[in-house]
Amino acid sequence: MQNRSGSASVAGDERSSPVAFTVNGTRRELTLDNRTTLLDALREHLDLVGAKKGCDHGQCGSCTVLLEGRRVKSCLILAVTLDDCAITTVEGLAGPDQLSPLQEAFVAQDAFQCGYCTPGQLCSARGVLDEIAEGWPSAVTDDLTGAVRPTDAEIRERMAGNLCRCGAYPHIVAAIRETAGDR
Amino acid sequence: MSAGAVGRAHPRLEGPEKVTGTARYAVEYPLDDVTYGWAVPAAAVRGRITRIDPEPALAVPGVLAVLHHGNAPRLSPDVEAELYLLQEPAVHYRGQLVAVVVAESIEAAREGARHVRIEYDTEPHSTVLTADHPGLYRPEKVNPGYPTDTSEGDFDAAFAAAEVRVDATYRTPAYHNNPMEPHATTAQWRDGRLLVHDSNQGSTAVQAALAELFGIPRESVRVISEHVGGGFGSKGYPKAAVVLAALAARQVDRPVRLALTRQQLFGPIGYRTPTIQRVRLGSDADGRIAAICHDAISQTSTITEFAEQTAVYTRSMYAAPHRRTTHRLARLDVPTPFWMRAPGECPGAYALESAMDELASACGIDPIELRVRNEPTVDPDQGHPFSSRNLVACLVKGARRFGWGDRDPRPGSRREGRWLIGTGVAGSSYPARARASAATATALPDGGYLVRINATDIGTGARTALWQVAADALDVPPERVTIRIGDSDLPPAGVAGGSMGTASWSWAVTRACQELRDRLGHHSGSLPPEGLTVAASTADEVRAQRPMARYAYGAQFAEVRVDADTGEVRVSRMVGVFAVGRVVNPTTARSQLIGGMTMGISMALHEEGLLDERYGDWVNHDLATYHITGCADVEQIEAEWVDEEDADLNPTGVKGLGEIGIVGTAAAIANAVRHATGVRVRDLPIRLDKLAGSSPFA
Repeated sequence: MQNRSGSASVAGDERSSPVAFTVNGTRRELTLDNRTTLLDALREHLDLVGAKKGCDHGQCGSCTVLLEGRRVKSCLILAVTLDDCAITTVEGLAGPDQLSPLQEAFVAQDAFQCGYCTPGQLCSARGVLDEIAEGWPSAVTDDLTGAVRPTDAEIRERMAGNLCRCGAYPHIVAAIRETAGDR
Repeated sequence: MSAGAVGRAHPRLEGPEKVTGTARYAVEYPLDDVTYGWAVPAAAVRGRITRIDPEPALAVPGVLAVLHHGNAPRLSPDVEAELYLLQEPAVHYRGQLVAVVVAESIEAAREGARHVRIEYDTEPHSTVLTADHPGLYRPEKVNPGYPTDTSEGDFDAAFAAAEVRVDATYRTPAYHNNPMEPHATTAQWRDGRLLVHDSNQGSTAVQAALAELFGIPRESVRVISEHVGGGFGSKGYPKAAVVLAALAARQVDRPVRLALTRQQLFGPIGYRTPTIQRVRLGSDADGRIAAICHDAISQTSTITEFAEQTAVYTRSMYAAPHRRTTHRLARLDVPTPFWMRAPGECPGAYALESAMDELASACGIDPIELRVRNEPTVDPDQGHPFSSRNLVACLVKGARRFGWGDRDPRPGSRREGRWLIGTGVAGSSYPARARASAATATALPDGGYLVRINATDIGTGARTALWQVAADALDVPPERVTIRIGDSDLPPAGVAGGSMGTASWSWAVTRACQELRDRLGHHSGSLPPEGLTVAASTADEVRAQRPMARYAYGAQFAEVRVDADTGEVRVSRMVGVFAVGRVVNPTTARSQLIGGMTMGISMALHEEGLLDERYGDWVNHDLATYHITGCADVEQIEAEWVDEEDADLNPTGVKGLGEIGIVGTAAAIANAVRHATGVRVRDLPIRLDKLAGSSPFA
């Protein structure tokens, strides 16, 4: 994609740096303005617009992606700090020809309306399912040392950082619960 | 003739795109040579810009231009004062967007915006609404054209003579729409033509406004709004982002992407006005209301008059021979309020449906029974018959589903551990309107059909609903129909707002499809390669609708638990039952109703714009300090509907359901909190300090 932003004007000076990371399994080499967030690197430099800019402030969760398998808010991370890291965005959740079970469940449960928070919800949900499977407790886990079950209360608590103004929460929880049950 | 698509649950058509990140929103289209705009807010409340120094901003590497009133392209002053941006040095409120920095990158634009030096001459300001504000006045009308005041019978005498009286004042704070996608635009000029990808609730109006502002023919402007990340009213009319982006693109002669920041969504794009509402109800001992009065105060700006129709809800909701409603406004040095989900009805219903609960308590009558006893037979306001009125059916069905029947009405009567538990109910109504729209339907040689209409899907499911409607009107399986929306090159249609979208658009789609079927019936031989197209407009039909009271109704039930020590309120479950005419797609309809109720929880418990009088701006203007309901706040919400056929609406028989979900929700929760604790909260939100500090609660 042709895009003059962040390259012609700043390349080669102390305001930019080379960085190489992997996005959805593909290695990407970029020279980026040091101030460029991971979110803007994805959206403005790699045409991966799935991750959304809802607040640019770490407060809404729309920009959630997976960094080394853990969910992060990509608007709060400077891209040039991510050398050799592996990043998964919503574009990387589906298989080559079909949606992942989580994506299927979101469509089937109508777990979104406008769809703007949805990529962040999905990446966050992917992280939640893995965290639960690995036994990480949350603020609502009764037994901190035992196995964690994907109850509605667990899912609601763990998804609390992803805002949805359309109010799809009951369906989001249902979709995640359904996916957890299939594992 | 019906193929039976309408009424059948169907996942939304664009679902796969939305879950894979391939649905593109306004600033997500690939573009060569793109630049980035960043808007600069005024740091004064009221006054004039005396000097702008762009040089420090222009010195930032990558910055291309700084637009302001001294150098921006000229706009027509005759369109809308709100959109007359970067044209004058006047500052009407803090946060008014007074400059735009354009740069090669987002980072440079953002840094440049910090370096624009602006000096102001300031004047004293007034930014806080009070019940005795010296500037209160009576507007000529209230939105969207209702009389300001109404009166029937002799309210004062009837109220004075009533056996039971409720006289209470309710307050709601400023609420901020906060769609997840900010107002955002990509603008590009080519050969005098303007192309914008814009986040809005109706691109036909955006196209018209841009053409007038820039003095070019409408045909020279194209507005594409394929996917829109929510609006809730705030994108119901062209707003600053699209105008600023078009100005900037013209100035630098390159495409510009401009998104408002989250902080900039708290003001320049509108918000729900704070309200102060006095409601008086006078009844006999059996709860039959003789006198009803609703006096509403709200605010507007010095730029444009915006008169929220807060008390209009009370005009038609419950019967009473003696009735009065009034609206007063204060013109403050604040951003202009604007539409937010169920403008008028939503804050108005919080007041009236709370007052009804107070009356029920005062009379010792069940609040559902009180509403049944005051059910009107014709519209109490205009005397028109109702096209259909199923409020009681919603209350009855909801009561059964919720388990209302065994309720002990005494406040504080139920406690489980540290939780006080209460239940509450409220009624809801919202007008069922339609606006003229146009559509085309094309029969293609391959057996497919193409239906085109400039509807907008802001998350409502409009695309899917219209596709279902078209299939039935064509009497073909929906798989053979393609629906195209979200582009001003399509036949013009009205806004996705006021619960009018599906009613208006499905009407035009139905007519176009019906006429196409007629034409095909008379057509012999094969179709031409481009297919056979017919166009239809509903302008005449909509205008010819006979006067009638057309409303959607609903009943919301809430169970809350309140922590006896801290006053924390949790909504354990909600049930909403609605009468919304025909439901086209149960999947998306349910989502929208649940979404409205969720926003009602937010209104009742979480949202509150806190204004700092000294600086004339909201202190909490981001999503960490202005809390909107999150996943952990919502436990169980069910939305259902009653079967309703209404022949006096539109061909599909839909009433619209974008707003009705929120209307009574906050009152239902406030009523439940009263039942749980004995504390009546008359100023939203219901914060824990309002409960924990009250003696009845302790």
